[in-house]
Amino acid sequence: MTKEEIIRPENKVYSRPALLTDVHTHYCPGCSHGVVHKLIAEILGETGLGDKAIGIAPVGCAVFAYNYIDIDWIEAAHGRAPALATAASRLNPEALVFTYQGDGDLSAIGTAETIHACNRGENIAIIFINNAIYGMTGGQMAPTTLLGMKTATTPYGRRVDLNGYPLAITDLLAQLDGTCYVTRQAVHTPAAARKTKAAIKKAFENAAAKRGTSVVEIVSTCNSGWKMTPAQSNDWMAEHMFARYPLGDLKNVEPQQTTDK
Amino acid sequence: MKEEIVIAGFGGQGVLSMGKILAYAGLMDNLEVSWMPSYGPEQRGGTANVTVILSDKAISSPVLDTFDTAVVLNQQSLDKFESKVKPGGTLIYDPSGIHHLPTRTDIKVVPVDAMGASIELKNAKTYNMILLGALLACRPIVPVDAVLRGLKKTLPERHHHLLPLNEEALRKGMSLV
Amino acid sequence: MEEVKLMKGNEAIAHAAIRYGADGYFGYPITPQSEVLETLAELMPWETTGMTVLQAESEVAAINMVYGGAATGKAVMTSSSSPGVSLKQEGISYLAASELPALIVNVMRGGPGLGTIQPSQSDYFQATKGGGHGDYHLIVLAPATVQEMADFVGLGFDLAFKYRTPAMILADGIVGQMMEKVVLPPQRARRTEEEVRQQCPWAACGRRGRDHRNVVTSLELDSAKMEENNLRFQRTYAEITANEVRYQEYFTEDAEYLIVAFGSVARICLKAIEDARAAGVKIGMLRPITLWPFPTTEIARLAKQVKGVLTVELNAGQMIEDVRLAVEGAVPVHHFGRMGGIVPNPNEVLAALEEKFSIKF
Repeated sequence: MTKEEIIRPENKVYSRPALLTDVHTHYCPGCSHGVVHKLIAEILGETGLGDKAIGIAPVGCAVFAYNYIDIDWIEAAHGRAPALATAASRLNPEALVFTYQGDGDLSAIGTAETIHACNRGENIAIIFINNAIYGMTGGQMAPTTLLGMKTATTPYGRRVDLNGYPLAITDLLAQLDGTCYVTRQAVHTPAAARKTKAAIKKAFENAAAKRGTSVVEIVSTCNSGWKMTPAQSNDWMAEHMFARYPLGDLKNVEPQQTTDK
Repeated sequence: MKEEIVIAGFGGQGVLSMGKILAYAGLMDNLEVSWMPSYGPEQRGGTANVTVILSDKAISSPVLDTFDTAVVLNQQSLDKFESKVKPGGTLIYDPSGIHHLPTRTDIKVVPVDAMGASIELKNAKTYNMILLGALLACRPIVPVDAVLRGLKKTLPERHHHLLPLNEEALRKGMSLV
Repeated sequence: MEEVKLMKGNEAIAHAAIRYGADGYFGYPITPQSEVLETLAELMPWETTGMTVLQAESEVAAINMVYGGAATGKAVMTSSSSPGVSLKQEGISYLAASELPALIVNVMRGGPGLGTIQPSQSDYFQATKGGGHGDYHLIVLAPATVQEMADFVGLGFDLAFKYRTPAMILADGIVGQMMEKVVLPPQRARRTEEEVRQQCPWAACGRRGRDHRNVVTSLELDSAKMEENNLRFQRTYAEITANEVRYQEYFTEDAEYLIVAFGSVARICLKAIEDARAAGVKIGMLRPITLWPFPTTEIARLAKQVKGVLTVELNAGQMIEDVRLAVEGAVPVHHFGRMGGIVPNPNEVLAALEEKFSIKF
């Protein structure tokens, strides 16, 4: 069998998503960001939504997300992505607007913007990478850092008396009337990645259909910050992170007339 | 023609709206006008004042130190503005609640019992229109017709049934001087 | 002929924004400028022109909404007063760095800190020297009348789009709160999506078949490229400085002393000048309309003709630094200012002239 006989459309089982740009990412090997980027690029390509998408990039490890997914992007100031998305969405009702944010961006410095965008029910999707650490700045504590977890700023482990409790902000967002779909997923196994893909797709469709705010938290690993191998990170996440951040839908309001004029 | 007026009293006495009606009257009469309020928390129960300038020429400063005419509705305002009336100017005040009467003799001092008159009209809200009438009787800077048209501009449509009462108050005020 | 209306400066800003065809306003209440948002809410432009009006959760959110809207090519604005404008500085720096047009209105009150709600001009440094981090400038317009409050909305947007840089209207509590006559500009339609895409080919508003993606960002970690970005910003600022200086002169032809004042304070000074001239003393005034770019050349020219210059400001002496740079020691330059929300009256200006230059009135 020749190579030409093998490389035929009917034999094709996988190809690089068209909207994933042909560059090396700056992400560490084993990082969850790469998987989530690929899922987003796939969805935007498969649904055709990429042509009308405006992505809002955060400050943090995903600051260069705009280099990897071939759509229009706006790079926000730290924590302000939901504010940018609010205006981009309201002023461009035909566009699909989504933010891509980490735990520091979304649940520390940008808590107010996050809560109020969700509470107003902005027609946007929020993709939230929770790896319980600040990756970009070198592994400091995040609001979502687990108790006892060692980081650069909690070198002896996070303590309640010093640092307070891990913040499950997604639980809080699910309580708000403006959110229509709030879910917590992961990408540590192919099965989990498939569920995450379905969740992001649903969030994008909700935003495009003006159903309110959708939040997809992806409990993720940061093997560099956690000082583990990628495989160890996945195991550690399943063992420890899921206990505090259990996977599954927190809220799923079926499509209906959600907004008064 | 240029008239520099200050109106001062408690918040809620209609000080700012009286100034506003006067400014609108100036607008109706094709004059240049400026209306500069004190603003902030003092509007709620404390003292409020507004500077209104009507002129047939462009107005430079909306902020003034001395005035042709002062309308003062409480003791603090009298204490503050009596000295700021230009010699030969006019000071109009409502004697209700005034314990220390004005003392200047180089200005025209006009007491107007607007409180009593508004009780006669059985409507406390006519208070500032009575004073405005008194002001116009002392200083006929804009025609009554312009005031009524100015009032119509400032009043929302749903309150237009109050226009006759306001005209009555204006004329009553004029008769008090 | 447009109808002459009577309104507050803050209200004029709101009306003018709708008339300009602005796409969005994002604000947060603060005295003494809350009438901007209140007037917009009352006028409901979303029902007429389709303009978006939103009360944000904070000044920080509001300026970042402006950033997000501007990045999609829309004509967007915010307004606030001094403490709120301090909060907006991060977003303003990002707008400048991302070369985005936007309009920011500061109706100044006295500071520092929570300060007072009364009028002030103590944000001159903040507005004209950058304000946030990094090397940037805003185009700064200083209105002295309610008419200029209305007119500078259109002018500010036009300049912002022409040079792709944020513009600021630097007003104060006096001109924000006072009412006077105004003729509003004619109603313009908002730009269509196609017009936005044509006018702003850089806008990140969704590709819709465009052969490349648009990315609006202020980030550039390659220092050589970042320096090139900075040099490009500076070229824009040089072009603005060369073309957009605006000012007004009063009685300067025969002036022996010159007042430099901006905004509503210039009106107080004008009254003082009228009084001085009545007493036979020839005072003139230059009122900068653009505080950045500053009318340096014009002040230098007038400095050759007068015996002294007085700046009158509602601050401890901020614009005086730019005036001194213009005058370059040719004649004495003095400052007279009040702070804390105190507004001087014309007599105080005359007294200051008397004291600083030993003039007798």
